[in-house]
Amino acid sequence: MSEPEPRNGKIIEWVDRRTGLNTIMKVALKEPIPGGARWAYIFGSGLIFTFMLQAITGIFLTLYYSPSADHAYTTVSYITKEVTSGSLIRSIHAYGSSAMVIILILHLTQTFLFGSYKGRRELLWLSGTVLFSLILGMAFTGYLLPWDQNAYFATTVGTNVAGEVPIVGDWIKRLMRGGNDMGTLTISRFFSLHVLFIPAMIAIFVSLHVYLFRKAGAAGPYAADPVEPNLPEESFYPRQLLMDVAFAAVLIAVLAGLARFSPADLGPRANPADTQYLGRPEWYYRSVFQWLKYWNPPYTIIGVLVIPAVVGALFVGLPFYDRRKERRPWKRPVAVFVFLFILGGLIYIGRASYVEDQNNPGVRDQILQQEKETERLMSQPFEPELAGVAKAAPVAISPAAERGKAIFERMACGACHGEGGTGGLALKLAGIGARFPNEKLTELLRKPTPKMLEGGMSPSPLKDPELKDLAEYLTSLKPF
Amino acid sequence: MEKKTASEEKSMEPRRKPTSGEWVEASVGDFLERRSFLAFLLAIGGALVGGLLSVPLIRFVLHPLLAQTTQLKWSEVGSIDEFKDIVKPVKRVINVEQRDGWRKVVSEKAIYVIRAANGQIKVLSPICPHLGCPVAWSGELNQFKCPCHVGAFSPEGALISGPPPRGMDDLDAKVENGRLLVQYQYFRSLVPKKEPMT
Ligand code: FES
Repeated sequence: MSEPEPRNGKIIEWVDRRTGLNTIMKVALKEPIPGGARWAYIFGSGLIFTFMLQAITGIFLTLYYSPSADHAYTTVSYITKEVTSGSLIRSIHAYGSSAMVIILILHLTQTFLFGSYKGRRELLWLSGTVLFSLILGMAFTGYLLPWDQNAYFATTVGTNVAGEVPIVGDWIKRLMRGGNDMGTLTISRFFSLHVLFIPAMIAIFVSLHVYLFRKAGAAGPYAADPVEPNLPEESFYPRQLLMDVAFAAVLIAVLAGLARFSPADLGPRANPADTQYLGRPEWYYRSVFQWLKYWNPPYTIIGVLVIPAVVGALFVGLPFYDRRKERRPWKRPVAVFVFLFILGGLIYIGRASYVEDQNNPGVRDQILQQEKETERLMSQPFEPELAGVAKAAPVAISPAAERGKAIFERMACGACHGEGGTGGLALKLAGIGARFPNEKLTELLRKPTPKMLEGGMSPSPLKDPELKDLAEYLTSLKPF
Repeated sequence: MEKKTASEEKSMEPRRKPTSGEWVEASVGDFLERRSFLAFLLAIGGALVGGLLSVPLIRFVLHPLLAQTTQLKWSEVGSIDEFKDIVKPVKRVINVEQRDGWRKVVSEKAIYVIRAANGQIKVLSPICPHLGCPVAWSGELNQFKCPCHVGAFSPEGALISGPPPRGMDDLDAKVENGRLLVQYQYFRSLVPKKEPMT
């Protein structure tokens, strides 16, 4: 057994020579973990797993989704109510976004508490902060896409916040919305960001993040030195892999269970004219939403810009100013306190937002009523969107044309040319007046060209005055 | 048994670093070459879960095949009283509703309401059973005339002359609450018997 004779060795060798798969697997699976496998390390791969789950369900959802203000809501309703397994897949995708934010926070917390950003890991940390904002960006852009009331108003508030930024705020807001107001261009932009730009960026930054991680090496437990852990190593395979797989299994079980037994709902269609509606963002933006309530002019700028900028800079620059090699959390009380303070603060004000809604009877009733309405809508069957009744608007026409119209109908011209000359089996007649003068039309009706005859047009048996009326009517048909 | 061999292998592997007692250094060798029982289990488990998860995805894609074909809808022609006393065919335009995924397309179609030989009201499709041209009623000739190859039909829709292989097709119709309703549909052309196209 010391020199193993591979089973299926030939095929594997053949593939390996051409792809180096064996080497890749070896590199991937033999990743050394100083200090051994731990449950604390499962969140990174959990994020990759959820991202793949989101990518797969997301790609499938585009089969039926249409990104426009006219159709987005109907198509999401169609997916939810009509398409086989549609509700399940949409729900997994919707809940998956929450799962991703939660795991992201856990991954970040673990990295922070373990001090795993220390020891030549500045770029690893930076790529992580970029991924952090990209994932929040995914959550933000995805939330709008169903175009229901909540999506609409939550995004209105979200983009309004950007508008609060001094000087460039209004410009940013209009750029995000694709105009002054939320509308079909907003959906196009958000859709494009959500399915193309941000995912591509995430793919790039995940690769970079993983590469930098492998380059620096796993940091190991917090007691270890970040550069020279000097601890016995265990390879990723099998124990860490098993833990990661177990985590993935729990995730998928929870998501599928939620999706199955408490499917994501769809509120009323977005109605910008509704002034009653209370839009509330998803839970992960709730604290930001609440935070902004505390800052009124002239201090808005502090809450919207100054404090977030300071926190952001502290967050991004962490490995650059925190240069000590000490990783044990109890030896870094200030850093840990600030981190937990911010995290706890966010949770606290997020919760305060819910509590405030509950304590205001008006708000509570309105929200309750909105939930009831959503429930009622969810129990209704899918209502398809009316399409394709392209009727030319009735225009006042001359008496001659009026008589011609009667002839058109009596002779059943519309059978081939469409009612009102809108086209069908034969030529669309609306707009023909622009191509031929009346005399020419009369002529053609009496003596069709060989090409017309071939197409099934027969010479008209009508008398001249009648033909004139008919030509008059044809000229009156406007293209639409 | 597999497990035992695996642990024997471990003890034979040289160790680069000291190990603490609480965990054992795993030896994978070449993952692809020496597949352990565990890797086998993982592969099977992964394939099973993956297979299970892909069921809804596949069903999602196959929805157009799985959903039962939409039933033909009844379209309203008008109040039955309008047709009580007709002797000649009357042309009407009806709205036919069709489902196109999440859209409902309403299109206008012409039909003829006629009085059949037995005195019953019938609804005819104006589509010529020859090659599908729209047949027109000519009051002067007291005939239906097809403009394409001069097929001619009686006021009841029976074939008189010309290339069509059969008479004009009648559509399923019924009266409900005094309204005449019809199911618009297409029939195969060029065959001697009326055959609905679905
Ligand atoms: S299509 Fe009507 S006669 Fe040929």
